[in-house]
Amino acid sequence: MSTSTEQLTEQLAATTLLRFATAGSVDDGKSTLVGRLLHDSKSVLVDQLEAVEHASRSRGQEAPDLALLTDGLRAEREQGITIDVAYRYFATPRRRFILADTPGHVQYTRNMVTGASTAELAVVLVDARNGVVEQTRRHAAVAALLRVPHVVLAVNKMDLVEYREPVFAAIAEEFTTYASELGVPEITAIPISALAGDNVVEPSANMDWYGGPTVLEHLETVPVSHDLTACHARFPVQYVIRPQTAEHPDYRGYAGQIAAGAFRVGEEITVLPSGKTSTITGIDALGEAVDIAWAPQSVTIRLADDIDISRGDLLAPSGDAPATTQDIEATVCHVADRALAVGQRVLLKHTTRTVKAIVKEIPSRLTLDDLSQHPNPGQLVANDIGRVVVRTAEPLALDAYADSRRTGSFLLIDPADGTTLAAGMAGESFATAKAVSVVEDEEGWDF
Amino acid sequence: MTTVAHVHDSTDNPFALSHLDSLESEAVHIFREVAGEFERPVILFSGGKDSIVMLHLALKAFAPAAIPFTLLHVDTGHNFPEVLEYRDRIVAKHGLRLHVASVQEYIDAGKLRERPDGTRNPLQTVPLTEAIQQHRFDAVFGGGRRDEEKARAKERVFSLRDEFSQWDPRRQRPELWQLYNGRHAPGEHVRVFPLSNWTELDVWQYIQREKIELPEIYFAHEREVFARSGMWLTAGDWGGPKESETTQTRLIRYRTVGDMSCTGAVDSDATTLDAVIAEIAASRLTERGATRADDKMSEAAMEDRKREGYF
Repeated sequence: MSTSTEQLTEQLAATTLLRFATAGSVDDGKSTLVGRLLHDSKSVLVDQLEAVEHASRSRGQEAPDLALLTDGLRAEREQGITIDVAYRYFATPRRRFILADTPGHVQYTRNMVTGASTAELAVVLVDARNGVVEQTRRHAAVAALLRVPHVVLAVNKMDLVEYREPVFAAIAEEFTTYASELGVPEITAIPISALAGDNVVEPSANMDWYGGPTVLEHLETVPVSHDLTACHARFPVQYVIRPQTAEHPDYRGYAGQIAAGAFRVGEEITVLPSGKTSTITGIDALGEAVDIAWAPQSVTIRLADDIDISRGDLLAPSGDAPATTQDIEATVCHVADRALAVGQRVLLKHTTRTVKAIVKEIPSRLTLDDLSQHPNPGQLVANDIGRVVVRTAEPLALDAYADSRRTGSFLLIDPADGTTLAAGMAGESFATAKAVSVVEDEEGWDF
Repeated sequence: MTTVAHVHDSTDNPFALSHLDSLESEAVHIFREVAGEFERPVILFSGGKDSIVMLHLALKAFAPAAIPFTLLHVDTGHNFPEVLEYRDRIVAKHGLRLHVASVQEYIDAGKLRERPDGTRNPLQTVPLTEAIQQHRFDAVFGGGRRDEEKARAKERVFSLRDEFSQWDPRRQRPELWQLYNGRHAPGEHVRVFPLSNWTELDVWQYIQREKIELPEIYFAHEREVFARSGMWLTAGDWGGPKESETTQTRLIRYRTVGDMSCTGAVDSDATTLDAVIAEIAASRLTERGATRADDKMSEAAMEDRKREGYF
């Protein structure tokens, strides 16, 4: 093996994975930014570019339309719009990236929410000429609602404002103030020109006043994990492994993916909802016995006692077990075309457990553009964000979404045909209580 | 007892996972979700590298127990003999149960007709769909990856199919967090793609890390080939070459393994995994662009086949 091959192999093995989302519309230059990230990191290959050039020409466009790279469905290409979340994959020597590219308009809020649900970082684009607009505030609110840990504000089209620092500084300050009030923990503002390539991959020669990272540098270095020992450890049981073979007559292991925090051999755990306790005697990390394992590793946990545990149960450290409840208050994003109404019977899927539930109340609907609340809307329709109160048929070990994205989230499902109706986040909507105006619904509900 | 060794991060965080560990963990989670929620899952196993990696992940997900699934191979009748030999050997080694749906049997029975261009790739849809109905499979694992093709980029991890196996991209369920919704009516099934977020390079790096054995046609070897549609096809009983096409011996390897009539080889001297990985990292063509004649038919060729129930 040559030295260069060895280096390559070593380098590839040492990369981490970052999932991030972009929100914005074509007007903001999102496609240009995504296209440039893919193109400049050499992730667009010759045949893909040829196909895009061919398709662009046949549509009468002179320059290759990089949006065609991500708009994979016939309907999207025909209508020139992004309907769905497009996932793109690219890598640099330092990191592998999964990009959820989501459409930015209000009628696609559910797609934005979907893309943000698994993202560790969100890129919000603004046009330097327009500054923070309604759509920017909506994107910030989605990132805050979904508790995306890192937000990048990319102030685009700096070339059209003569690369002037005061323009960037004013937008960055307005956005940072707004997003901080919503509880976004980390905001990084970067002045860019996606078209000219300033500060996307290469540092800009036109903005000496900016000393921070380029977009790609920031994506490559932002921490993808944190001190998990400070988190509440949670392990939803997916499947019980019992080989019952001559070689393993008594093996009984609880298979699952650690949802939050870390687990250690020797630790005392409580099983929820039963409340029984035991001690971890072994952790098998896919063929390797380990002393400690952490989120999001898939492992198999063995316990000292032979107690009744099945799919849907949750293991947590005995000193830090969540309370169980049948009454859930949450913020939901309605993702289905049919409405969700008060009194509706649904299925609620939380981690590996699915239970019957009923929608008791819909106290308010939230407009993300200005965070105004509309009391008692009666129902939620596609792309609505609202508060709901749900009663479940069985107790659930549910965390606040603010504490644990994985064990604080759930789906509401239509029992008739399995349609996913809504995505729920338990607890308060935003990390900090922002004073919001309560207005009457324009639809004229009479209370 | 040891602690996990695969810890790498530029920020020296002790709780970082390598990208391969992240992808592996996600795929194992998907396998276990299906095992927990479905009655009769099956893994589509072709002997190609993606299905080999799927099987490897499934074996790891349920160890030390056996995998709670059977395998299904849709045999086009134009498969590479090396791949069929590999398939049978792996099935025997792990004590698995293999179902075979044969395109040739459908042609012999007059239920399918050979296409003028000789390719049997699109002919797999009917035997696949009927095998799913006949065995009442409710979850069907496929090795499809979103980076392969732009229609696949829109595919969910859990993809609901009606009783005709059809895919409707506009009626897909949004997929949030790691909460997969596998509910389906009797007669419907769910296609499940555990490798959705893997790239070709990830698959090869994982094969290397896990020391997974592959059919030898993935590595450089000399072979009688002829040129068609800008790619090297293997001469064989399936019908190539035509009179106007001449064969030659070249040093080639396969980047993908499928039906012999439409799977092209690439010029390569990569005889080891390291060399293959170096070659892919430097490649300027996608694997489908380099090796699949059927995807060159139209801009929406894959979307159309997927709507009809293809993999």
